[in-house]
Amino acid sequence: MNTKIPILKLYNYLLVSIQWELDDQTALQFQESLLQKIHETGASGVVIDLTSIDMIDSFIAKVLGDAIGMAKMMGVKVVLTGIQPAVAITLVELGIHLQDVDTALDLEKGLEILQKGLGD
Amino acid sequence: MEYQSSIKILSERDIVTARQHGRNIAKKLGFGTVDQTRITTVISELARNIYLYAGKGEIHFELVSALGKRGLKVRALDQGPGIQDIRVAMEDGYSTSGGLGAGLPGVKRLMNEFDLTTTVGKGTTVEVVKWLREEGG
Repeated sequence: MNTKIPILKLYNYLLVSIQWELDDQTALQFQESLLQKIHETGASGVVIDLTSIDMIDSFIAKVLGDAIGMAKMMGVKVVLTGIQPAVAITLVELGIHLQDVDTALDLEKGLEILQKGLGD
Repeated sequence: MEYQSSIKILSERDIVTARQHGRNIAKKLGFGTVDQTRITTVISELARNIYLYAGKGEIHFELVSALGKRGLKVRALDQGPGIQDIRVAMEDGYSTSGGLGAGLPGVKRLMNEFDLTTTVGKGTTVEVVKWLREEGG
């Protein structure tokens, strides 16, 4: 299965809702697509919603972390939203704290963070 | 349901197959959502380790019981290069492949029991158990 993750444009932002289990290839492909889309649209912020994700392992966490770092290099802020309690618990127990990553409880709070940060 | 089963790890896709299989078993055994996630994540980490370091291997699933409690045992086996220095492998922080693949200490923290056997040049076996909590949590 090599389905692409849809990336939507909302005003000056990009919105991604990851709807299904991320396998390694899809995660890496998403990383590329996101940066490409940022470049194409000139978006200033991205919200990646993880509400439907029921597992994040160290590899997926690294791919997401790297994507955020790469976007930052392009001057774009990324906020992760909707991390499920079980996922948050497991990540911290695994030793992954996502310290340099902006997160928010849900999509709306995520957009607020982007708006505040960018003075939109 | 027959819990005893195994999944061969031969490709990247098998990592997903193994963890989805593990989640199904965990769910049927009555593990709560958080423990299901712990188990699924551990399987993903172990399967990825097999794929990254050994190229191929197997994940075995087994229902176990001891002292009146039930649990799920997951065994990850490979005939890969083995682990040179167990102390380094059991240190927290990123693994030797630059952040890819599991911190075994993390895997150990997520489970109740953890056992690692390795022989350089012969292979590695990681065995973990998650016990069901009385309340089914």
